[in-house]
Amino acid sequence: MAPPTSSAVTLHINGEKYTLTVDHRTTLLDALRERLDLTGTKKGCDQGQCGACTVLLDGRRSVACLQLAVAAEGREITTIEGVADGDRLHPVQQAFLDLDGYQCGYCTPGQICSAVAVIEEHAAGWPSAVTEDLRPEAEAPALTADEIRERMSGNLCRCGAYAQIVRAVARAAENVTDEVKEPVA
Amino acid sequence: MREFGYQRAHDVAGAVALLGAAPDARLLGGGTNLVDLMKAGVERPGLLVDVRDLPLDEIRATADGGLRIGATVSNSDLAAHPAVRRHYPALTQALLAGASGQLRNMATVAGNLLQRTRCGYFADLAKPCNKRAPGTGCPAVTGDHRNHAILGASVHCVATHPSDMAVALAAFDAVVTYETADGPGELPLDAFYLPVGDTPHIETALPAGAVITGVTLPPVLAAAHSRYRKVRERASYAFAIGSVATALDVRDGVVRDVRLAFGAVASRPWRARAAERVLVGGPADADAFAAAADAELAAAEPLPGNRYKVTLTRNLVVTELARLAEEATR
Repeated sequence: MAPPTSSAVTLHINGEKYTLTVDHRTTLLDALRERLDLTGTKKGCDQGQCGACTVLLDGRRSVACLQLAVAAEGREITTIEGVADGDRLHPVQQAFLDLDGYQCGYCTPGQICSAVAVIEEHAAGWPSAVTEDLRPEAEAPALTADEIRERMSGNLCRCGAYAQIVRAVARAAENVTDEVKEPVA
Repeated sequence: MREFGYQRAHDVAGAVALLGAAPDARLLGGGTNLVDLMKAGVERPGLLVDVRDLPLDEIRATADGGLRIGATVSNSDLAAHPAVRRHYPALTQALLAGASGQLRNMATVAGNLLQRTRCGYFADLAKPCNKRAPGTGCPAVTGDHRNHAILGASVHCVATHPSDMAVALAAFDAVVTYETADGPGELPLDAFYLPVGDTPHIETALPAGAVITGVTLPPVLAAAHSRYRKVRERASYAFAIGSVATALDVRDGVVRDVRLAFGAVASRPWRARAAERVLVGGPADADAFAAAADAELAAAEPLPGNRYKVTLTRNLVVTELARLAEEATR
């Protein structure tokens, strides 16, 4: 007997539970946009090559276009709609606004989700392809423009707003670090 | 996309059973290659067995000083692991040179090994391809083959293996372990990928129904002094047009151990044993490095559009070994 080709799943998105039946072919990207009205996550190439659909799965950046919705059950999903703390923008969002880290804005939700994770990955001591000293005891590399460009290379921007994106990620990284040091009242 | 069933496996025996029960079942890891190929219609499974929850996500030291890497460890976790960075830095460099941060988070070690070629003809259902549709022909031999194989290919297929990680693993004598309904098994990476011959659609020696459980790295003294260098057409986030993994152990100017593997030149990571034989026991100088590269690349059979890869790979070998030799004198 052929196995069922759809399943009832419960997805945990931005702290809320959503129960729906999905055809197994449904990507997380299409479930978010077409079924759950969470349209902040954008569809660019739909082939894992542009990063427009970047979301966080269990805190780690992933492309939602290559993630099957049925396989996302049980994981904590954070989309651009869940990045801010209520009305208070995430430091990455604020930096993109302050420094014009976009032109048309289509790639921006993916850029921001990716940058949120880049800052955490860097803080956790993950090296990148441009990190010179890989030894585990080496001091973490500064989040230079080269490091940011390499770490953000999975997010394309057709408008070419890269110069401001790099500045915004650098500013946000400084602000995130400052907030950890001196929590804002 | 064809409709398919979905099952999540929670232990290895369960995954083996699910895979064995349906002839058109496929294992789903990170999905970064499989889901993409399903969208294109290249892969048409009737059942996906999700293996992300298998308890195979650990990296641990082995008793002999090597490393045991679980099949579902993500590419990013493997790259960042302190033991890999310390004892096998070329593996970290290879992983970080591959894909993007998003894809490295999703992709698993086993899935990386089993990913398919990025040959454009393979991915295009409108074109013949002996790898996708055996017997239909290979348009790349006379067509677009700029980034195709120069070593070990055949008239039936000139596709390359796209993995960076596997090139470093090949240099370090990695062993792939797997489980089947008849019990466990293992394959050294050299034997894991099959020669192309006239069966380019059969890529590995994994028995039917096998589930990869992990990769074992033996202790390799030279690997602590290793590098992975990748050349591509843009600065980041692109497949290699050439790459080398190198490791060098030099004492008193004499090569005690050397490891060389090439990427983007063959249907599999290409361990350059002929080059290694030229170097072991001899001097670590530029002439020797060039002679070693030439010894390996004497077997190259480039096509009109990819002769550059012979020169590119030779230059990579010489410059990378020179850099390791120079570091050894510091």
